[in-house]
Amino acid sequence: MTETSPAALVECRGLAKHYGEGDTRVDALKAVDLDLRPGEVVGLVGPSGSGKTTLLNLVGCIVEPSAGVLRLDGETVWDGRWLRPDLRSLRLEKIGFIFQFHNLLPFLDVTENVALVLDMAGASKEDAAARAQELLDYLEVGHRRKAKPSSLSGGEAQRVAIARALANRPRIILADEPTAALDGERAGIVMDLLRKVAVEQSATVVVVTHDEKIWDRFDRIFTLRDGRLVGSDGARR
Amino acid sequence: MNLAARDIRHHLGRFLLTAVGLGLLLGVVLSMIGIYRGLVADALGLVRSPGADLWVVETGTRGPFAEGSRIPGDTRESIARLAGVTEAGSMSFQAFEATHGERKLRLQVVGYEPGRLGGPPEIASGRGVSRERFEIVADEKTGLRLGERLPMGTDVFTVVGTTRGAVSSGGDPVVWMSLKDSQTLQFRLAPAPARREAERGAAATATPDTINAVVARVSPNVSAESVAEAAERWKHLSAMTQEQQETILTRSVVEKARQQIGLFTTVLLTVSTVIIALIIYTMTMDKVREIATLKLIGAPDGRIVGLIVQQALALGLIGFSVGASLIVSVKDHFPRRVVMLPEDAAGLALVVIVVCLVASGLGVRLALRVDPATALGG
Ligand SMILES: Nc1ncnc2c1ncn2[C@@H]1O[C@H](COP(=O)(O)OP(=O)(O)OP(=O)(O)O)[C@@H](O)[C@H]1O
Ligand SMILES: [Mg+2]
Repeated sequence: MTETSPAALVECRGLAKHYGEGDTRVDALKAVDLDLRPGEVVGLVGPSGSGKTTLLNLVGCIVEPSAGVLRLDGETVWDGRWLRPDLRSLRLEKIGFIFQFHNLLPFLDVTENVALVLDMAGASKEDAAARAQELLDYLEVGHRRKAKPSSLSGGEAQRVAIARALANRPRIILADEPTAALDGERAGIVMDLLRKVAVEQSATVVVVTHDEKIWDRFDRIFTLRDGRLVGSDGARR
Repeated sequence: MNLAARDIRHHLGRFLLTAVGLGLLLGVVLSMIGIYRGLVADALGLVRSPGADLWVVETGTRGPFAEGSRIPGDTRESIARLAGVTEAGSMSFQAFEATHGERKLRLQVVGYEPGRLGGPPEIASGRGVSRERFEIVADEKTGLRLGERLPMGTDVFTVVGTTRGAVSSGGDPVVWMSLKDSQTLQFRLAPAPARREAERGAAATATPDTINAVVARVSPNVSAESVAEAAERWKHLSAMTQEQQETILTRSVVEKARQQIGLFTTVLLTVSTVIIALIIYTMTMDKVREIATLKLIGAPDGRIVGLIVQQALALGLIGFSVGASLIVSVKDHFPRRVVMLPEDAAGLALVVIVVCLVASGLGVRLALRVDPATALGG
């Protein structure tokens, strides 16, 4: 990473999240401080239940934080309340989310699943189809472009979900276990693609993973334990 | 990209089955309206058949359809002499049960003076009744064919002509015969004491030469009301225009049926609304995860509301088309006339659209409340 780091794309200050109250209260995330810069690919690791998905959902503006401040691309989006009334347009513009359970729409075919987000962002039908095809080909699922998600293998579905997350060229890419269903070679392809996107679009890529094979692909690795960041390893590369 | 259409295609079988089910329900609603329209058409058919402008009946009655009316046989001559009257005819109306082969045939017998006002409006086959005796023109619905013979009372009548779709307000097919024949028939059927009295020549009202009404046409430059007023100068007569006669008939004969069927139709429409609402709600429930995903990937509310509302409309309109084509194809097999007016169909289609919009409200409410995070679970 360069020494004169540009302004952070993702800034978390004391960001915390608890579910429930009283006896049922779960502190999923406790006061996390985090700065992520454009162009970097970071890993988020930790045992199951440590709060990885929670942190990703907070950054992705899917779950409302309980405390702290969240800033994305210089814009404060949460500070005790949502400062932006339309979170969905924010997600559509800035954030590409690769879900742990890929969440493809069952009634759309593969191409349509990818083209939908382009369509919503205002792309023409032809542009959307071309961009979807390009991404699907790159991710080696182009041959399944007319298939319904229910007929895809886990790995294929995951790659389609990745194509959808990248379609709008978002600057913040959040991936929850994107390589869990992929073999080593394909996991490598996905990581290469995420790296390429990070560089070309000067985007930040956050990858939650248990997969030790890809740990050497990260610029930094953050470890969560019981909802706390216990260490960041910046010397991987 | 239309999400509603894609989702429908994804569950096409289930969706069509639901639409057909709804179609049957809407078909029942349409047939109710059609039956009512048929009732009105039947009721007015007979009163319209002479093509009269004026009806002259017994004073104090609203005859001859809503109430009994008996007037002397020579009334026609007096009416014909009134200024402005161009044509007049005596008529009699009676219900009659004949036996045709094995089966009982309920008939509406209409007596008229051949050559004068009051005969069948349109002959489908054969000819009209001549001045000969014992001829009838029967509606096709009687099942009688040209040349067939039908005993009525003590006489045997020959079918010389047929009509199509002429029935009484009770749905019985109409048979036309000469006034004389009908008077004989009526007289033979009159209760024994009345007949004895009549034979003794006592009561004038029961002599065979009574009729039920006189119909008249007035010249275009004279108002039917003014002629009616003139006719009512005879104390034993009451007169009304064609319009008044039709109003009486729709009020007295059709009003109850209208209320009954109107109420039933309202109940059916309410049931349809509830059913559509439930269907849309369950369809939305089944899609909660997809809706949450749509929200996650940034779909605006309009897109999600559109998905639900468009599906509701598709369901309603496909259901309506199924119901309408069903009724159009079976309506002629109903025992009574079913009349499908384009404006009724259009009206129901409009109601269905409104019902679908209202019914999708429940689903829309659910969809808008879906937390995007629900899509994240396994
Ligand atoms: N919606 C929720 N309601 C209540 N508790 C929740 C909810 N979501 C997460 N939690 C709790 O918050 C904690 C952190 O969960 P999280 O999903 O962030 O873990 P994770 O690190 O992603 O685990 P895994 O590796 O298994 O995916 C867990 O104890 C979990 O039970
Ligand atoms: Mg997780």
